[in-house]
Amino acid sequence: MTMSNSATLATPIGGLYHRRRIANKVALSLALGAAGFGLFWLVAILWTLLYNGLSAINLSLFTENTPPPGGEGGLLNAIFGSVVMTAVATAVGTPVGVMAGTYLAEFGRNTRLAEVVRFINDVLLSAPSIMVGLFVYEVLVVRMGHFSAWAGAMALAVLVIPVVVRTTEDMLKLVPNSLREAAAALGAPQWKVITMVAYRAARNGMITGMLLAVARISGETAPLLFTALNNQFWSADMNAPMANLPVVIFQYAMSPYEDWRQLAWGGALLITVAILLLNIGARLLAGLGTTRK
Amino acid sequence: MTMTHMDANSPAHGNHPMPPGMLAGTAADRAIAGAGLPEKISVRNLEFFYDGYRALKNISLPLYDRQVTAFIGPSGCGKSTLLRILNRMYDLYPKQVATGEVLLDGVNILSPKQDLNLLRARVGMVFQKPTPFPMSIYDNIAFGVRLYEKLSKADMEERIEFSLRRAALWDEVKDKLRQNGMSLSGGQQQRLCIARAIAVKPSVLLLDEPTSALDPISTAKCEELIDELRSDYCIAIVTHNMQQAARISNFTAFMYLGELIEFGNTEEIFTNPTKEKTSEYITGRFG
Repeated sequence: MTMSNSATLATPIGGLYHRRRIANKVALSLALGAAGFGLFWLVAILWTLLYNGLSAINLSLFTENTPPPGGEGGLLNAIFGSVVMTAVATAVGTPVGVMAGTYLAEFGRNTRLAEVVRFINDVLLSAPSIMVGLFVYEVLVVRMGHFSAWAGAMALAVLVIPVVVRTTEDMLKLVPNSLREAAAALGAPQWKVITMVAYRAARNGMITGMLLAVARISGETAPLLFTALNNQFWSADMNAPMANLPVVIFQYAMSPYEDWRQLAWGGALLITVAILLLNIGARLLAGLGTTRK
Repeated sequence: MTMTHMDANSPAHGNHPMPPGMLAGTAADRAIAGAGLPEKISVRNLEFFYDGYRALKNISLPLYDRQVTAFIGPSGCGKSTLLRILNRMYDLYPKQVATGEVLLDGVNILSPKQDLNLLRARVGMVFQKPTPFPMSIYDNIAFGVRLYEKLSKADMEERIEFSLRRAALWDEVKDKLRQNGMSLSGGQQQRLCIARAIAVKPSVLLLDEPTSALDPISTAKCEELIDELRSDYCIAIVTHNMQQAARISNFTAFMYLGELIEFGNTEEIFTNPTKEKTSEYITGRFG
């Protein structure tokens, strides 16, 4: 650095420099304020949830079915229904999503069809879930003539697919091409390169995507309202309406009965904690993936 | 493959086969350096196009069995492209076309009827960056073997030991075969990749700048290894390091802007090149 350079640095161009400093401060405080505003509501929601929900957590919540107004009860049937429908939806949606994502990342690179599929998938990814509920209502519930857990699971599966497609494609695209070439150079056919090398390299990311999809559907209410509806009683029949946490929360929280509202708070806390755990698990897995190259 | 094929490509030159090492006067004579050695691969009038761009221009050269041939030249001259044609790696990508002939043991591997997977099992390849698969050292090697052979557990273990010994890696990893291949050092990973390529028992080995990502000690180990492998395989190596080409190869092909400028005995290319461009490149005046 020469003398003249340090001289100009030491004497900033008065007004302009000053204005920039002020603009910087204003922008910084606005950004901090916005972040604080968002965080405030998040903390407020979580705090209210913990405050009201913790008192509702007790053993009977997990051992008894949803009660009639005024009666004693828990959420056993709703928890069971949520777990079953989420599991079926994941079991149906994940393979479809993984296969479609594999097509996009491995077979359909730079093809017109892949572009179209990717675009439709992105639309589906951000489609309002109530539309998915209506769709399954039209296709399954109306034809079968009654609400059912199957219909609920299928609605959730439709929501799982785009999330899994997207993460599978993204994760497979992160697998370096050199790895595929190395496998092909040994004489491996493409399907072996994909299943034995690319999937393995992308495994953590793909599991993360699946967990995020589970997290996404476990709180969905709208698609279940039109499909699985609700059930006051214990039911393990996939052909019949089935209780589930989101719809129970929806109904009980709006009821005039204090004990129902308590159960709704408990259920809301349960779902939130479950989703939080899923997200933490997904983060840990994703982290594992990046540190191991 | 014998002389006659080369003659067809260099009609100006008479039919005067010369033993390797003999001093030659013209480029045409050089083109037949190594005459008498069995040709494992014969490249003839090869042209290559990346989406219409002509990357290789009328390349003809032999790769002799049990000899190391080095491809040298400045970046972008087409040496890696040429190497990737020899196992048709370019077929993985659309819009890449090769014309001409590449004969492997007399069979044209550019023919659309050629089974690519079988070809690649016969022509092994090691890349610039070590590419261990995300699995155990054992599985890294077993992966390729399992594709074409059904070995008993004992036979598989024997094969794995054989390839790791051949790649001079056995002593370092024999106690941790179940460990992930990515946990090895860069130099070890590259030797693992060489072991993996050897395990499927190819007859040709293609090495694409195999030591450019390695430290000097690992490089020396890899070069020793290549020197040992020479006795069993036809080896083609792309390298940016001219000393390396001079050290380990028997034959050298100098390429420039998609053309083969000169091919001959390594010693002659480095001590007495016939072409001005070659001499400029090996003395470091460009490239």
